[in-house]
Amino acid sequence: MQALTNRARPVERKPMTFVERLYLWNIFKGMLITFRHIFKKKATINYPEQTRPFSPVFRGLHVLNRDEQGRERCTACGLCAVACPAEAITMEAAERKPGEENLYREEKYAAKYEINMLRCIFCGLCEEACPKDAIYLSETFAPANYQRKGLIYGKPDLLIPNPLEQPEEYKQALGNRANQQQQAN
Amino acid sequence: MYSTLLAFDWGFLIEKLVLIVGIVSISLVIAMYETWAERKVAAVMQDRRGPMRAGPFGLLQPLADGLKLFMKEEIIPNTSNRMLFILGPCLAMLAAMMTSAVIPWGGKIDFFGIRTVNLQIADINIGILYIFAVVSMGVFGIMIGGWASNNKFSLMAALRGASQAISYELPMGLSLIALLMFTGSLKMSAIVGQQLDGIWNVVYQPLGFLIFLVCAFAECNRTPFDLPEAENELNFGYHQEYSSMKLGFYLFAEYINMFISSAVIATLYFGGYDIPFVNDTQLTEKVGLNLMALFQALTLFAKIGAFIFLFMWVRWTIPRFRYDQLMNLGWKKLVPLALANMIITAAVILWLKK
Repeated sequence: MQALTNRARPVERKPMTFVERLYLWNIFKGMLITFRHIFKKKATINYPEQTRPFSPVFRGLHVLNRDEQGRERCTACGLCAVACPAEAITMEAAERKPGEENLYREEKYAAKYEINMLRCIFCGLCEEACPKDAIYLSETFAPANYQRKGLIYGKPDLLIPNPLEQPEEYKQALGNRANQQQQAN
Repeated sequence: MYSTLLAFDWGFLIEKLVLIVGIVSISLVIAMYETWAERKVAAVMQDRRGPMRAGPFGLLQPLADGLKLFMKEEIIPNTSNRMLFILGPCLAMLAAMMTSAVIPWGGKIDFFGIRTVNLQIADINIGILYIFAVVSMGVFGIMIGGWASNNKFSLMAALRGASQAISYELPMGLSLIALLMFTGSLKMSAIVGQQLDGIWNVVYQPLGFLIFLVCAFAECNRTPFDLPEAENELNFGYHQEYSSMKLGFYLFAEYINMFISSAVIATLYFGGYDIPFVNDTQLTEKVGLNLMALFQALTLFAKIGAFIFLFMWVRWTIPRFRYDQLMNLGWKKLVPLALANMIITAAVILWLKK
């Protein structure tokens, strides 16, 4: 068969000499390489004192969003629950009473909103499906727990802190979505 | 008659008992920290850090490992031979510890002027032969462990391990014969005594040292000869069916074997407790007997540490031998080489004695 390029070189297939078959010199060279590796820079990072930086599109824990006036965005429409391929989201809707205008944006809100972290695959389809920009995936890992029921996150675990009452935590939880937030509004 | 019964040299008994307890505990502690050193050395050679969280620099890691091994469930397979199953690790540990009896760990100690104590448990006339015999006993632990597990794969691995051990005892013995021709005595203290303030035996017997080193690797089941106990060869080898403390005994026996092999190599070829570049007799007059014994013991431990580092260094450099390559090396390459070494040594000695 003809060679397609002229980059192929024939391999040297000479039989080993006596000194090469002794192999001691090669072992010694290998040991020198291993010895030099002792003094090279180590690839370990001391978690949790140091962490590797995450990319901005990292899909971590879910956060239920609020707008600038502190009203919850979620309207319990159920699009995220339908979009979820692992069926991890469940919710119960409730009607907004007349005195609660500063708590919820629209007339329907989620009274109970649960995400089962054991089922969630962190795909981000709920974030893409939400029409109100109410749920997004932040940059934190989901922490471990000893019991199954500790990993079913309800609304108090998922809701973002109120920007009017706790502005610094709100800003920290928003992360680098702050500019997107302003565009959505 | 009664007076001869009580005229027992209690001082001798107490001295030997204290020495035995001391040396056994030192070997156990050193074997424990050898596991730590293995992980650290493996890590720095692989561009990572090794155990760092259990105590400063991970120094309490062996305690954590020991505790883990104690707490595991002790499984004895139903179809195994119970007595042999429990006997296997005990034999491995026994053979590992018994060798430490004839190694001279230092010079003499002057115990408060009452008696001078030799830092050696048993200074018998046949020191080297004793070591050789006990090392041959180490094969029992492997074979019994493999047989008692009642498991085809463990049995195959034990057969490989046993054949490897006995094939590499031959070149070891032959290189020892060459050394013996040179020193003229089997007594360990005499061998070290000749190297004190003299030239170390490795200069006179470099080939013998190399052969002995390779055979020591093979006897300790250490890479590149660790086919019997490798994880992915024959399912972890002859200690597959063992859990908890019996497995701990097997692994520990391997580390103690490593420690003792390093001690033997240091004693036979590298001058034992001789401090290099220093005239020992002059220093003894200056500093006194006890301090000198301490320095000499520390020197011996430094040499042992260097050899243990060498064991680990080679482990993380070379890949494993295949079984036929192993046997080839043992019988077809090392035995003729050791015989040639013996003949050349004999010829040179006869020529020089003329």
